[in-house]
Amino acid sequence: MEKLLDQFSYGLFFWQLLILVVLVLVLKKYAWKPILNAVNDREEGIKNALASAEEARKEMQNLQADNEKLLQEARAEREAMIKEAREVKEKMIADAKGEAQTQADKIIKQAQQTIESEKQAAVAELKNQVASLSVEIAEKVVKSELSSNDKQLKLVDDMLEEVTLN
Amino acid sequence: MHRFLRHHYLSDMQREFTVKILAFLFFMAPLFGMAQHELNGKGAEVGKDDKRSSIKEFINHHLLDSYDFTLYTVDEENNEHVSLPLPVILWDGGLKVFSSSKFHHGEEVAEVNGDFYKLYHNKIYKTDAQGALEFDDHHHPTNAKPLDFSITKNVVTMLLVSILMFLLFRGLAKSYSKNSGIPTGIGRFFEPLVVFVRDEIAIPNIGEKKYKKYMSFLLTIFFFIWFLNLLGMTPLGVNVTGNIAVTFGLALLTFLITTFTANKNYWGHIFWMPGVPKLMKIVLAPIELLGVFIKPFSLMIRLYANMTAGHVVIMSIIGLMFLFKNWIGSSLSFSLAFALSLLELLVAALQAYIFTMLSALYFGMANEEHHDDH
Repeated sequence: MEKLLDQFSYGLFFWQLLILVVLVLVLKKYAWKPILNAVNDREEGIKNALASAEEARKEMQNLQADNEKLLQEARAEREAMIKEAREVKEKMIADAKGEAQTQADKIIKQAQQTIESEKQAAVAELKNQVASLSVEIAEKVVKSELSSNDKQLKLVDDMLEEVTLN
Repeated sequence: MHRFLRHHYLSDMQREFTVKILAFLFFMAPLFGMAQHELNGKGAEVGKDDKRSSIKEFINHHLLDSYDFTLYTVDEENNEHVSLPLPVILWDGGLKVFSSSKFHHGEEVAEVNGDFYKLYHNKIYKTDAQGALEFDDHHHPTNAKPLDFSITKNVVTMLLVSILMFLLFRGLAKSYSKNSGIPTGIGRFFEPLVVFVRDEIAIPNIGEKKYKKYMSFLLTIFFFIWFLNLLGMTPLGVNVTGNIAVTFGLALLTFLITTFTANKNYWGHIFWMPGVPKLMKIVLAPIELLGVFIKPFSLMIRLYANMTAGHVVIMSIIGLMFLFKNWIGSSLSFSLAFALSLLELLVAALQAYIFTMLSALYFGMANEEHHDDH
């Protein structure tokens, strides 16, 4: 210890302290501050870049999910449209069929009615014809029957006979 | 720390091999040494003792600060060295500045404006024209010592390291704006270390909220200590961080920053420890107060002792090379010195880390917020 104290040089101590303090101050201004700032900035930059990359990745994922969703929606829409179209088609066909049926039914009915009325008209015509023919025939028959006295008498007799039978 | 460990440790297989070789050399060395003793006889013994003490002196000399930057010695006997003289600055009734070459490595008395100064055991004393020194009972000179603000070898080294750090980190700071936020060149190596100090030392110990104001100090001392430790391993032979005045200065700054940025909670824990009986509070206060000084003191001693010990061990082993003077002993010393140098390389970083880490820990304590749970 005594030797250490004996060795102790105040001059060296003075210079050392001076040099060190000046060195700390000078380096602080010209080296450490710019270096630490640059390192900090760079680290900050890397952190930011990583964060934004992560964000971009997430955005990408979102976009992809959106795309998928859109695709799904589009697919569903298409499906729905096709289904609707099919339904419409079927309905149209069914409607058309129904319409046609009723139309046909109506036409048939009309036709039947027409036929019926034609038939009735024809029958009426026939009846009239038959009636007039019958009258003509009856006229001719009556004319011929009543052309002689004998025949008139005979007729009366016959009729009377019939009456008695009743 | 993993980074340093990974760098400096050999792979398992290589290490095993190295250990085997070292063990073999270690057990064989005394045999060779003994054989040489018998051959050379007594003369060698004396020469060896001489060498031993000169090595010891050399190590001691190396550990100390110096007034000139000695690169290498040309002729030891005539005290001829190739060295850079440095300015000596004294305050002795007025400022006195002169080149350290005037001392001639302590051989001669330096004369400045009619005053005479002599270098003795690495200290400057005021003497008469002949350079006579008077000694007390403990063999310490009693001559007057002028106030000494010399630019010594350690000061020059610190200045060089400061300039190096300024250029290095200024370059790193500038490279960001030039290259859109990415460092270039050597900054690529140092930026992770800056981030390491921030993420592994400052934030865990001080906390996310308050670490920023301590960052400049922590970064500066980390690299300052580390670079000085590494420079200590070069053949330049500087030993700055193994000097008690330097580590004292470093620890003092940590102490001052801790003390002046401490919050109420910190002082509360020292003078009136919450959650203990009143009597204990009175007993604890002086102990805690002592702790305030012991913490930075331990910082000072730890760094000083580690670096000094490392230098002594490595230099001693290198010195052994010259003592053995045979191929097997010297190569053993070389291998040992090499292995220990690798270890010292690790220690250089480790001590810088520990000093910074503990400083951050003390700053963290000074800034701890009040908790109700104790």
